[in-house]
Amino acid sequence: MASLIDRILDGREILHRRPWPRAVVGAHLWRFVAGELAQGRLSLLGFWGDPSMVHMAIMDEAAADVAIVSLDCPDHAYASIGRLHPPALRLERTANDLFGLSAQGSPDSRPWLDHNKWGVRFPLGNRIDALPNAAPYRFLPVDGDGTHQIAVGPVHAGIIEPGHFRFTASGETVVRLEQRLGYTHKGVEGLMSGATIERAVQLAGRVSGDSTVAYAFAFSRAAEAALELAVPERAVFLRALLAELERLANHLGDIGAICNDASFVLMHAHCSVLRESVLRAANAAFGHRLMRDVIVPGGVTRDLTNEAREIIRTTLDNIRRRFPSLVELYDNTASLQDRTVDTGVLKPALARQYAAGGYTGRASGRTFDARRTLAYPPYDRLRFEVPTLNEGDVNARVWIRVREVEQSLLLIDQILTGLPEGPSRADVPERSEAAEGMAIVEGFRGDVLVWLRLRGGLIERCHLRDPSWFQWPLLEAAIEGNIVADFPLCNKSFNCSYSGQDV
Amino acid sequence: MRRLLFESLFRRPFTEQAPSPDEAGLTELAEVVGQAARRRLGRSLSIREVDAGSCNACELEIHAINNAYYDAERFGLRFVASPRHADVLVVTGPVTKNMRDALERTYHATPDPKWVVAIGDCARDGGCFAGSYAVVGGVSEVIPVDLHIPGCPPTPMAILRGLLALLQQVEGNAVTI
Repeated sequence: MASLIDRILDGREILHRRPWPRAVVGAHLWRFVAGELAQGRLSLLGFWGDPSMVHMAIMDEAAADVAIVSLDCPDHAYASIGRLHPPALRLERTANDLFGLSAQGSPDSRPWLDHNKWGVRFPLGNRIDALPNAAPYRFLPVDGDGTHQIAVGPVHAGIIEPGHFRFTASGETVVRLEQRLGYTHKGVEGLMSGATIERAVQLAGRVSGDSTVAYAFAFSRAAEAALELAVPERAVFLRALLAELERLANHLGDIGAICNDASFVLMHAHCSVLRESVLRAANAAFGHRLMRDVIVPGGVTRDLTNEAREIIRTTLDNIRRRFPSLVELYDNTASLQDRTVDTGVLKPALARQYAAGGYTGRASGRTFDARRTLAYPPYDRLRFEVPTLNEGDVNARVWIRVREVEQSLLLIDQILTGLPEGPSRADVPERSEAAEGMAIVEGFRGDVLVWLRLRGGLIERCHLRDPSWFQWPLLEAAIEGNIVADFPLCNKSFNCSYSGQDV
Repeated sequence: MRRLLFESLFRRPFTEQAPSPDEAGLTELAEVVGQAARRRLGRSLSIREVDAGSCNACELEIHAINNAYYDAERFGLRFVASPRHADVLVVTGPVTKNMRDALERTYHATPDPKWVVAIGDCARDGGCFAGSYAVVGGVSEVIPVDLHIPGCPPTPMAILRGLLALLQQVEGNAVTI
């Protein structure tokens, strides 16, 4: 049977298929796709603007089929997807902030990234001067007896990124959380336009520091798709090694940090030591603790020496020896479990609706993992499990990370054993004609999507979609009914990226 | 838990030897730290971290200086939750236009005497984000900066060296410029 996406694209002209098809659709089909998203028959992977066009990446999860549908908007307006499918709302607000493309019928037309500080409106579209006296941001109104509001941020109490949280509480209980983000918006997509591929991959690796490998990986794969460039086998495996080391380091850090937010410092201290050991091995192997600027279009900039391979092996052996007793400690400390079990529950239906990636989705019953579902190389040749749970609480998000640490250890073993010989980098061909490419890579937090269009050997347009776009709104839902004091715990268990979302 | 704690008693500590303070940092600092400040602050510094638009990589490495290997607290360096409790603001990132006000207000909320340490290449001049419509530039475009620690991100050891240079200046010992 033809997949839903085949039926949508049936008879349309496919503009590009690198690797997924993109087709321009009419208003009627655009609305049909919105309806299918709302019915849960399709998942929204991304939504972004171009000067007079909007694009939407969609997935038929059952068939593991992905496509991009585009809608011309010569008059800078289109029928809102968010009206029927709320996960699109913040992305539509962003398309308006950056390009001046307005979503007709949207229930929320407030700005999102634009705080009226740039001195300009629609910076990536037809620029106009900023509003002279913008009205203050309208938070959602609150009615009801005995509620009070707590405003937190943008500067937070910990060593974390900036964002504003507006809590409405009834006594100790959170009735509603409303997020206000965009503080770290750096205009990366604006800087991308006109950039060389070398500069662009550096920028991509600086969208979200904890996912620098995942972003460079996704960007490089998208550029290679556009250039129809094949990467040497050795580089394919080294990229997975880098990606798994990044996942390992972040998960180890997170497991400790979540326990720390429940005031269980011992776990944090031990997990930090293990995290540090991974970063030191990464530094020894690739010359940078976070492995920044190692993945580039064509391959990797540093090959793995035999000494480095042994350093990584020794580090992994040490983690394998130490980690189980920490997991046991987590599992057997009743006072800690009391904080994490049943706290911050994300219902599976919401995770599915928002197509939430990473541990956030997989702790709430969603089985998607780009490494498995989309099976990009070398994961199509590696053995691993995708752990899922249905509870959706902080505890489940901890356990998914624990299981993924174990899987990453197994994956790195396979990569080090099966690492092919040969070159680790191919030359990037010079091509002047226009070409598009898209890639989806599983970062530690979830699926990172990069779509780009090259012209004249430069980036004409590049969109980078962080997994956090579809996780932040779910944190608002998960915190409802919890006590204010559990917010840091819930927040850390999601560990959404501010910079990745604000981009 | 008891077994883990027991083992820790017999294991060699992870903590590494103290790095020497950063020479370049000492020079940059020599002029800004007065005698009066040294007397008032004693041997410790309270630090408030402000992310003014970074990609979060600098935050990861600032976190790392608190782990068992670097153990910043042994030098009297501690991170506090409010600028009102701070002697030092550690600022990361290219300052975004959306964070400019918050950074200024945090600076003004910090009592005197105070110092500002800009961490990372972006904090010096905007780094690879300089020139964007959404970016102001380096931290010194918005508030006065006393010390820069370069790197993308700087390693925990580099951050520690920079902060130790600041501490030495404040303490008033081993000042040999």
